Amino acid sequence: MSGFETLFGEYNVFGAFWVTVQLTVWGALGALLLGTVVAVCRVSPVGVLQQFGAWFVTLVRNTPLTLIVALCSLGISDVMKVYLADPDSNTFIVDNSFRWGVVAIAVYHASFVAEALRSGINTVPTGQAEAARAIGLSFGPTLRHVVLPQAFRGAIAPLGNTLIALTKNTTVVATVGVAEAAYMMSNMIEFNSSLLYWIFAIMATGFVILTLPTGLLFTWLSNRLAVHR
Amino acid sequence: MSSASLLFDVPGPKARIRYRVVAAVSVLVLLAILAAVLVRLGDPANNQLTAEKWLPFLTPGAWTSYLLPGLAGTLIAAAISVVLAIVFGLLLGIGRLVQVRWVRWACGGFVEFFRSVPVLMMMLFAYYAGLFGLGISGSALPLFGVVVGLTVYNSCVLAELVRSGVNALPAGQRESGLAIGLTPLQTLTTILLPQAITAMLPSMLSQLVVILKDSALGYMISYLELMRSGTYLATAFANLIPTLIVLAVIYIVLNSALTRVAGLVEQRLRRAPQGVAPQHVTAGFVPETAAEPDVPLTIMPPPDPRPGRERPRHGH
Repeated sequence: MSGFETLFGEYNVFGAFWVTVQLTVWGALGALLLGTVVAVCRVSPVGVLQQFGAWFVTLVRNTPLTLIVALCSLGISDVMKVYLADPDSNTFIVDNSFRWGVVAIAVYHASFVAEALRSGINTVPTGQAEAARAIGLSFGPTLRHVVLPQAFRGAIAPLGNTLIALTKNTTVVATVGVAEAAYMMSNMIEFNSSLLYWIFAIMATGFVILTLPTGLLFTWLSNRLAVHR
Repeated sequence: MSSASLLFDVPGPKARIRYRVVAAVSVLVLLAILAAVLVRLGDPANNQLTAEKWLPFLTPGAWTSYLLPGLAGTLIAAAISVVLAIVFGLLLGIGRLVQVRWVRWACGGFVEFFRSVPVLMMMLFAYYAGLFGLGISGSALPLFGVVVGLTVYNSCVLAELVRSGVNALPAGQRESGLAIGLTPLQTLTTILLPQAITAMLPSMLSQLVVILKDSALGYMISYLELMRSGTYLATAFANLIPTLIVLAVIYIVLNSALTRVAGLVEQRLRRAPQGVAPQHVTAGFVPETAAEPDVPLTIMPPPDPRPGRERPRHGH
């Protein structure tokens, strides 16, 4: 068990996974907000907004997350000097790269959230929107009070899969040096290469522990919240 | 989109004016954002729009010594991984459906574990395992890392696709296969798999897009793919932002073409006269209700230990 003890003694494994969890939570919140806006644009009655939504999804979904992360962190932050943290603070470098990482993750996954929601909207029967219009609701209230609540419940399964993918994709920000699990793993291997198999076992298990409950929770939610028709 | 037309009525004169106002305002807002970005990019102190940062892309050197080798690296890694992933994915998928319990469990455990692990971690592990364990060196090492990482992850995804594809088939297919005297394995390989694979073709093609995008992670283990060759180009010409934009365009064009092909295949399958519904095959962690099978997990009925004995039949 010496390898196990060495690794946990020398490295703050839980700290690295805590950063992963934070990236996941903030990224997921951002993606949910932005993705909802894009999905609403795509089903709105205004042609320009529909076009905007469609373009956003096509462009973002076909770009690798690695490239979006590089564009945010190396491009917008380092070259354009647009910072998301106070440049005078002691933790500037850490905060700034973390926040740009969250932005990249949120933007990338927003396109998947938008697609999930759109498929959720497709599960809502026509009669629901028609009934809402018949009692005099216009587009906004129809969406807010009738269609979207049902669409979210119908989209739980794809949203859960997006969240799990997002959790695993947080490792991509290691490419720009955010100190999360994959970044720590590559450091560990560099300095303790004899413990390679231990390192992989520990870090991989960490992700199984993070994603397994999410999968179970969302499976339960999607059965529980499904709109029975 | 058909769904869009359900949410609102055909606009009357008032609504038409309102929509026009909303459209005009959103065009203005989008243009304002675009203008702000362009002004920021064209800031004289740090101008990203000057000709000297963009002209390199018109010279053959930028393409022959940087972008094309990178693109070749991306495509080679993706192509090798796709072929290997299909082979291993099929094997793992069959493994999850056979009658031997330990094979089923071993394949199930492998798939469930490795599809929870980020691709980047598998690449890092494969890279160093190749270096220390197998003694691979030189330019083969990064390629080995990328291909192993992509193959392991995507064969797990494809195995799930195979399983959900087989489970989505009508139960009668399996039953009639067994009824005409085929063994369970023959039923699987000659009747169920061909139908399941046809049904999963569109999803498999979309998985190609994922593989192509994930190959960009090879950047981290110094594999010479599009991202890495792009950063070399950006260092040579001091034009990081223009380079990243050009790279994005290349990826978007490639992936959109693949997505278009997947869509065409799906359309063709829809028109084909068979009872297979391609759209319900997914490999997500959270099963989607449409993909929920009411077919047993394995493809055969539990073996009757004493044939000829009457056993109470319970339907599923």
